[in-house]
Amino acid sequence: MNSNLKNTQLAGWLFALPGTALIFLFIVLPFLFAIGLSLTNQRLISPNPTEFVGLDNYQRLLSVSIVTLSPTTDAQGQILLDDNGQPKYPRLRSITRNKATPEYKGMREWFRWHSGDQAKVVIARDVVFMKALTNTLLFVLFVAPIQAGLALGLALLVNQKLAGINVFRTIYFMPVVVSIVVVSLLWRFIYDGNNGLLNSVLSSLTWGWFTPIDWLGKSETALGSIMAMSVWQGVGFHMVIWLSGLQTISPTYYEAGDIEGASRWQAFRYITWPGLRHTAVLVLIVITMQAFALFAQIDVMTAGGPRDSTQTLVFQAVERGYGKQDISGGSTISVVLFVIVLCISILQRYLTRERT
Amino acid sequence: MASVSLKNVQKNFGDTLVIKGVDIEIEHGEFVVFVGPSGCGKSTLLRMIAGLEDISAGDLSIGEKVVNALPPKERGVSMVFQSYAIFPHMTVRENVAFGLTIAKVPDAEKNAKVQNAARILQMEHLLDRRPNQLSGGQRQRVAIGRAIVREPAVFLFDEPLSNLDAALRMDMRMEIANLHKQLDATMIYVTHDQVEAMTLADKIVVLRDGEVMQAGAPMDLYLEPDNQFVAGFLGSPAMNFIQVNVSELDATHAMVIGPGLAPTRVPHRGRAHTAGQSMTFGLRPQHMWPAEDGKLAGVVGISERLGSETVVNFRLQDDSSLIASLGTDQIFTPGQTVAFDFDPETAHLFADLK
Repeated sequence: MNSNLKNTQLAGWLFALPGTALIFLFIVLPFLFAIGLSLTNQRLISPNPTEFVGLDNYQRLLSVSIVTLSPTTDAQGQILLDDNGQPKYPRLRSITRNKATPEYKGMREWFRWHSGDQAKVVIARDVVFMKALTNTLLFVLFVAPIQAGLALGLALLVNQKLAGINVFRTIYFMPVVVSIVVVSLLWRFIYDGNNGLLNSVLSSLTWGWFTPIDWLGKSETALGSIMAMSVWQGVGFHMVIWLSGLQTISPTYYEAGDIEGASRWQAFRYITWPGLRHTAVLVLIVITMQAFALFAQIDVMTAGGPRDSTQTLVFQAVERGYGKQDISGGSTISVVLFVIVLCISILQRYLTRERT
Repeated sequence: MASVSLKNVQKNFGDTLVIKGVDIEIEHGEFVVFVGPSGCGKSTLLRMIAGLEDISAGDLSIGEKVVNALPPKERGVSMVFQSYAIFPHMTVRENVAFGLTIAKVPDAEKNAKVQNAARILQMEHLLDRRPNQLSGGQRQRVAIGRAIVREPAVFLFDEPLSNLDAALRMDMRMEIANLHKQLDATMIYVTHDQVEAMTLADKIVVLRDGEVMQAGAPMDLYLEPDNQFVAGFLGSPAMNFIQVNVSELDATHAMVIGPGLAPTRVPHRGRAHTAGQSMTFGLRPQHMWPAEDGKLAGVVGISERLGSETVVNFRLQDDSSLIASLGTDQIFTPGQTVAFDFDPETAHLFADLK
């Protein structure tokens, strides 16, 4: 009996082994490597020996300061105006290349705002990373709620008992099955600035009033375009998760709701939504993590441009690690991304916890 | 005031007719029990009254008004489900108040009604708990609480006690009977348990395959069943049936004879027509007693001594098996030959069951 029990346990471990080994080999180990590499100056291929540099990589990545620029004045103390009638400011390099302020050396302008006559300039040592970070956060902020909400709407629609409803389920799910690279290529044609599908449709809908936009070629529209396409691509997947959640809610609850006189909205509010609590947590966390991992669309559609307006963390990590062969820099970004995603997941878990 | 009337009500799922034209009149304040084996259509019929299933043909009226096309909430009914269907994410108070919340009843009035319902059901101490902290019987109470708080004209119960254990079922049965007295409302109750039917009902409707077999007061059905199905369904142990032949008959009685049954003159209640007719003879187990020269002779199979009664299973010559339930403790040994006698006036004759 005893040996039998031991054998059973051994069998269990053996069954778990292939999966565990693969996870360890391809996820845990590389991640530990990344942490290690981020503390060195390792390059992908380099004749120089690797050196331990401590937190230098993190410091370079995350350094941000605010400097104040006062307007340039003439001898009388009058503020000099430029051709547009705006005050003139000294060039930023007067600070970043000033020997008196060595702490700002090598930093570049990220963005600025004006308060009174003063210009407040936010400078970062790694402006591209900062743009990637804000773009990624923006992407998550828009895509997560919109995708989750649309997916829930679709799930409610296709959860009805109608003839041919499976056709709709299939249609909505189809983009998920197609490779993201293929989808990205297709959408590049759709977004094309000259005679892309979107421009053609918009201008024919408005009888030519609409002037075509190079959706991916302008820094104002590029990120939004990628968001829209990403929502479209992923919404079917989350629809299926919502759908599975919807189908765990017993029909008797809805019958009880009918008897008590609940309207469709009340049935959703009092029966459906509370019943979807666990599904909602899952969907939110999965979408957030997927959104943070935004890479393929960028790589295929814009390569981070124009003017870094679609840089993202993962794209930067890959770009640096392999494009620029700066493997320690790429690793550092990966670790930063991991910490961000972990914090957000914990926060979401806490906010959506079961209150007793 | 709500009477409920069903006139030739039918229901079909595709080509299958599951309710085959049912006529039932329910007076205001009556407690009516639909009873029958599973698949007889009793739950479907209840759901049609509730408005959860469409009515394919016929008229359903609640309080003199045809409600065929009305949604459930406009019929003035409330329902207690077999699975209770109380919401797990709400407290007992929120569950009971659900219908009032939906109807946007002001808080003060809502609280008063919930308190009152809780008092009637003796569950005031449970109001702030969640369903997963409740026992089966307590959940049942919550479900009933949700039903009564809206003060509907008609209560519908769909096998409400079938998920409870035997002892609790008896308690809840009595509570439901009390509730009916207190509320003065019409109640329609579906069960497959003939004990619940007999004890609760003012009127029993026995259903089989989507048809009403007989409707009436419990004791009327018990004493004067119209057909073999009703006779066999009500009473425990079930009525004994054996095949007999009519040898001669007059206006009220028929002389019947069968294997293991000595010639006996029993009332035929108009169901015997000709001599030589093959009929089913029915006799309740409680109406037999052992006697040397009894009309039913056979061999004992099993006997069960329950203390207050003895249930004897014995076989007649043609191997048909009968049960006698005796009101005293008596000892029978398997294989022993026995004879039982009965009062012929307590026996029944039925046309053979299709």
